[in-house]
Amino acid sequence: MNPKKIASLTALGALVLAACAAPPTAQPAAQQPAQQQPAKKFAGITVNAITFSGPQIAEPMQRRGKEFSELTGATINVVTVPFADLYQKILNDFATGTNSYDVIVFAPQWMVDYIEPGYLEDLTDRVKADPDLQWEDVGLFFRDFSATYNGRIYTIPLDGDFQMVYYRTDIAKELGLQPPKTWEDYLAFAKAVSEKKLTTDDGKPVYGSCIAKKKAAQSYWMVTSVASAFIQSQGTGQGAFFDLETFKPLYNNEAFARALEIYKETTQYGPPDEINLDVGDTRGLWTAGQCALTIDWGDIGTLAIEEGSKAKDKTGAVILPGSKQVLDRKTGKLVDCTPELCPHAIDGVNHAPFAAFGGWSGAINKASRPEVKDAAFAYLSYMNQPAQSNVDVTIGKTGFNPYRVSQFKNLDNWIKAGMSEQAAKDYLGAIEASLNSPNMVLDLRIPQNQYYQGIVLDGAIAKFLAGEQDIAATMKEIEEGWEQKTEELGREKQLAAYRATLGVQK
Amino acid sequence: MATITSTVSVPTTRMRISPSERFAPAAFILPAVLVVLFISIFPLILSLFLSLSRLRFQAGGLELQFVGLDNYRKLLLGNEQKVLFGTLSEPSLFGWAILAFVAAMLGLTVYRAVRRRAFRAAIGWLFAAAVLLGLTYLVVATLFAPAGRPGTLVVTMLYVVVGVACQYLIGLGLALLCAQPLPGRRFFRVVFLLPMMITPVGVGYLFRMLADTNKGPLEPLWIALGMQDFAWSNNAWGARIAVMIGDIWQWTPFMFIVLLAAIEAQEIEPVEAAIVDGASSFDIFRHITLPAILPVSTTLILIRMIEAFKIIDLPNILTNGGPGTATETLTLYAYRIWRALDIGGSAAIAYILLFLVTFIATLYVRALRSRLGTT
Repeated sequence: MNPKKIASLTALGALVLAACAAPPTAQPAAQQPAQQQPAKKFAGITVNAITFSGPQIAEPMQRRGKEFSELTGATINVVTVPFADLYQKILNDFATGTNSYDVIVFAPQWMVDYIEPGYLEDLTDRVKADPDLQWEDVGLFFRDFSATYNGRIYTIPLDGDFQMVYYRTDIAKELGLQPPKTWEDYLAFAKAVSEKKLTTDDGKPVYGSCIAKKKAAQSYWMVTSVASAFIQSQGTGQGAFFDLETFKPLYNNEAFARALEIYKETTQYGPPDEINLDVGDTRGLWTAGQCALTIDWGDIGTLAIEEGSKAKDKTGAVILPGSKQVLDRKTGKLVDCTPELCPHAIDGVNHAPFAAFGGWSGAINKASRPEVKDAAFAYLSYMNQPAQSNVDVTIGKTGFNPYRVSQFKNLDNWIKAGMSEQAAKDYLGAIEASLNSPNMVLDLRIPQNQYYQGIVLDGAIAKFLAGEQDIAATMKEIEEGWEQKTEELGREKQLAAYRATLGVQK
Repeated sequence: MATITSTVSVPTTRMRISPSERFAPAAFILPAVLVVLFISIFPLILSLFLSLSRLRFQAGGLELQFVGLDNYRKLLLGNEQKVLFGTLSEPSLFGWAILAFVAAMLGLTVYRAVRRRAFRAAIGWLFAAAVLLGLTYLVVATLFAPAGRPGTLVVTMLYVVVGVACQYLIGLGLALLCAQPLPGRRFFRVVFLLPMMITPVGVGYLFRMLADTNKGPLEPLWIALGMQDFAWSNNAWGARIAVMIGDIWQWTPFMFIVLLAAIEAQEIEPVEAAIVDGASSFDIFRHITLPAILPVSTTLILIRMIEAFKIIDLPNILTNGGPGTATETLTLYAYRIWRALDIGGSAAIAYILLFLVTFIATLYVRALRSRLGTT
């Protein structure tokens, strides 16, 4: 053997031996007092949590997990998978009895599929017994929609989700445009910017509108945001997806046809590859200063104030635009708003803010060991408590948006995070306006809603945007696809679940 | 000189074989057979059952409801028919010409089999001809028709045919080049292999960046070409070509390395004799090299063809199957509905793919055998 190799191996061996032979007294002095402290509450317990690969959502879970470990002794192990795989990954794990995960942080939309087979722990009593949660401070909608099913609490909300429209305040001022109140205003705003052919400081084009329209991404939520104001006008309980008596889809009529027209027209004012952009791409364009309008969740507000953003102090937010015409469900026609037809209209405009997705929420596996469940609940509670969450919702990379009343009322954290007072008021005002709207549209939360929306709706919209089919064929495809799934799963069962979902709204 | 005498004794009576000796071969082979059955046949049967079922999640586990051929009906005749087959339309004149040519060739093949009185072969060819004619019609009525649009089935076949053909031709060209005594050929052998070593997901992201005309590394080039407002992903053919380029880039090295080994392993004497006789380089390639590498080539194409039918990573990363359904393959389609827990529908697509791959691979092998005169 080469003498140099022998010498290297000898040195390595000596190092290993030295490490093994090191006496306990050789430990750093700082660790000694720790040995004398009483055992921490969850020492030796490992909690396995799963969420999507982020970095949003996973980042605060890991960061807060470390803090929680130091406080309680529990080990928090966060496993991440791509968003598209999360739903079935969790379901497969539960259904096969593998039970690899004690905590799941997921979309509350999928809750029915997890609760009905009995996979999730009922958290009602734990929530009531935990004063640190300050449960009453959590927004009513999030308590009722994100957390509750059939009157029982199953999840701890960690995030608040609404879609809103963001606009560039400097461009609006420069072109003399007002924030859009209706979808026609949105198109006019986008068209005006597009025709002006504005550029950023580094010569990049500024687009009139940027919407995530990529297939198998977020496009189906975006089109629902446009359609909601045309379909639902009588309040949340009316529902915006299915008829409450027959469970027939509400997506084959003049209202949805108009939404499709608007949705497609926005493409004319967007980036050339808009139909291949997801929210990650459109958010990047927004912070690069390349968009005048966008539809998004609350994330844009915090991303716009991050270092390097060119949209800082230039980002305004408004409730989703509305419509002066709404669907007459008997005839399937679009008709003008009247006080009877649109009781919640403001200045004759019917707004129907869409609570897309519902906000990331944490739940506990019913099959986990009791002591692990205790640690898991304490971990979720720790992340939800105001001391942690009020900071996390102001950081863009967390992906968490405000969901506590105190987060709307107290501007200090937002200003501390870098938002101007006006921007904070705009941003929180738009969320609050959506949250307080009596005509809010709840996202679909029935068994296998992933198939209804992610496969049928998303597939038909993708074909429509690509020019593969016209409006009539698109609506027919959605209606037939939804009807087929309903027949498979049982119309009565689906209708009952849909009604139950809408009934929880107080 | 010593005389060698044979001392081998011939048994005059029948050898007695004990029962243990009789069952020994079976006993030794059985474990291997069981393993093979367990890891290949059992999943095959289970997935066939899944394709005939509907899965539901119930308290305490899963429920599989037998639904017969309903999953296949949805795909072949129901509202998912358009995704699978696309939009069929009146073929163009060129489309009809292709169809007529294929029909004539198939007719001739069946006629030859009948003339040879090979009636069993004729029946086989008749069945194959019917399926092939149907597939050809599907291709011309979607790809060579003004109002047609290909579905996942035709898009998959397109990737297979164009991808494998380009990979073979480019791989062969590179192999011939690297077989020459050129300076730096060892370096290029390694360089040409690199794409194959990258994970397909990585290749997907790489090509997504390269094809981005607004902010990718090739942005200056696109601007110089006046293409900054062009989006390949908005155009069905642009997106398909991007997927095919990525696939060809990744898998050409596989063809290259195997063909290079085959070229370098061919006997040198016939080549030297041909050179002495004054044969041109093309003649040497045509009459010596090509026949020598033909067995390797056919196997190589078969392996790549089977593999190419399963393409999923590139279209998934590049376009998610879009725009519309322009780049969606059968495997990606199965994966997409599997994620929404339509396990039965997903298994049915997998079985359609299995049938298609088996049919085309069998046909390819049989056509090749009859062409090469082997059995």
